Amino acid sequence: MADLRTSLGRLRLPNPVLTASGCAAAGKELSQFFDLTELGGIVTKSIMLRARSGRPTPRMAETPSGMLNSIGLQGPGIDSFLAHDLPWLRGTGARAVVSIAGGHTDEYVALAKRLYNHPVDLIEVNISCPNVENRGQVFACDPIAAGRVISAVRRAAHPNVGVFAKLSPDVTDIGVIARAVTDAGADGISLINTLLGMEIDLDTLRPALGGVTGGLSGPAVRPVALRCVWQVHQAVPHLPLLGMGGIMTGQDALRFLLAGASAVSVGTAVFHDPTAPIRILRELEAELDACGFASVTDAIGFAHKSEEQRAALLGGASQSVPA
Amino acid sequence: MTQASSDQPMASETDLPASGPVQEVGEIFDVTRFGDYTQLTVVAPGVARAFQPGQFVAVAVGGSQTSMLLRRSFALYGVKPGSEFAGTIQFVVAVHGPGTGWLAAQRIGARLDLVGPLGVPFPIPREAVPAVLVGGGYGTAPLLPLAERLIALGSEVEMIVGASRAHRLFGELQAKRLIGKVTVTTDDGSAGQLGQVTDPLPSAIERLGAEIVYACGPMGMLAAVGEVARAHAIPAQVAVEEAMACGIGVCMTCVLPVRGGDGVSRFVRSCVEGPVFEAGRVRWADVGTLPADLHGADGMGVAR
Repeated sequence: MADLRTSLGRLRLPNPVLTASGCAAAGKELSQFFDLTELGGIVTKSIMLRARSGRPTPRMAETPSGMLNSIGLQGPGIDSFLAHDLPWLRGTGARAVVSIAGGHTDEYVALAKRLYNHPVDLIEVNISCPNVENRGQVFACDPIAAGRVISAVRRAAHPNVGVFAKLSPDVTDIGVIARAVTDAGADGISLINTLLGMEIDLDTLRPALGGVTGGLSGPAVRPVALRCVWQVHQAVPHLPLLGMGGIMTGQDALRFLLAGASAVSVGTAVFHDPTAPIRILRELEAELDACGFASVTDAIGFAHKSEEQRAALLGGASQSVPA
Repeated sequence: MTQASSDQPMASETDLPASGPVQEVGEIFDVTRFGDYTQLTVVAPGVARAFQPGQFVAVAVGGSQTSMLLRRSFALYGVKPGSEFAGTIQFVVAVHGPGTGWLAAQRIGARLDLVGPLGVPFPIPREAVPAVLVGGGYGTAPLLPLAERLIALGSEVEMIVGASRAHRLFGELQAKRLIGKVTVTTDDGSAGQLGQVTDPLPSAIERLGAEIVYACGPMGMLAAVGEVARAHAIPAQVAVEEAMACGIGVCMTCVLPVRGGDGVSRFVRSCVEGPVFEAGRVRWADVGTLPADLHGADGMGVAR
């Protein structure tokens, strides 16, 4: 059996499958279906400083092999999160990756400071949610703004807690953004957030979503996500990546590892199947074995490697013998 | 037809369900057409075991390689917990699109991926009280097990079943078998009396001396039923049919603006905080909007 251990910077994980922000709330609902500690970690829904109602309904539209959402970051605000959600999640023994979101750099900094004395395994900085009032506020579309937020959060957060920047695929060159957040001190990068999309309802002849536009997720975006992981791994090869976007199976998860991700998040699949993260973890384990990988770390970035590097990693494994 | 638990002390609103939802693969045991609807009976002992009237099941559609990711949610009725190995559930499918079309086309023996029972059930009074049950279209479905439960409690029950036209009626025969006293309305007069369910509702409440109204159906109907109940100074417990993506409380798509016990309105999830709500707490006129006084609306940067 392949060694499933991996790490996201200094954070060591027993396996590389996590939930995705916004698709697992803070873990409680999914704990009815599986033991949260079996996963690499639980990534909580992006929390903001203040309580936020989110957008009006309809907030969801099913699309071919995917869905659009315009939730608009509904949440209780950081005080309630720290008083209720985080203690509950930590109480289960699960590893907690806390996603934070804000409208201004100051808000991200305030959130990082609020988290300073709380038991958090990793901070994922959501600078890429498409469901914000002002598209100009999507920091991840601007290398300078993205770098400014990440650098400020890195300074404000506990030095032992990693800071990951979550990037948007809706940019011309994601490598430029990746290098900007890396230079700003990001300990790693999560990618991708949803793609901006829309649907029109033929009964009303109006946009199907209350927010007009929304974020596209699910298997429909998987090739885009895989391409982004590949490009960012090339741009910043030393940086750990948390890959996500339409992962439905262990084979999908393995593709993200091969493209350069150190771990993966399972998001929209949970809406289809609440036990998907656990199933995907088991399937990934079988896929690694089938491919001859002794460990997850051997598989990370493997698709980028030269023939010599491949031979060294797989050694005398059956893989090197053509059928 | 009396359920095994009906002689037990009645659950109050604050009691936790006997057990949470389960995910299981269930085999279709029977397919029956009623007018425009398809009734599926599925072997699902895990879902059946913990079921309470008002709860629903979330069903995956399209098979293992489906491009339709989101589960479809259906109110449960005809639940027979049976033994550990042979519990069955029923739900009714109205074809709205490819997902419900796929489900309605399934045959006996096909296997469905189910998650349930989900949601907050109808609150059941601790003792017998006269009640009027109002169902619109397939919204009658969850009222059938509720009626059984209320009757077992000794309550006097009347039912009003309505639809746009005769083919859109559901469950009036089952309701008549259960209750005897059922009024049917259709918008076009193709069955029962011409009109809407709210037309005979006031006289039913008065005739029975009803102390509570239960309803399930389209949002506009639920709002109107709530108004009639309010005019009679009695509560209305209604089950909404809001579109849901996950059904288990994680996606936040199925929210409604609901006034809480503290007077503060919030967007709450129909799937886990509903689908049953006290009608007077739901801000029906504000559904589909972002009311400025909603908790957290000021955090949206649009309501200042």
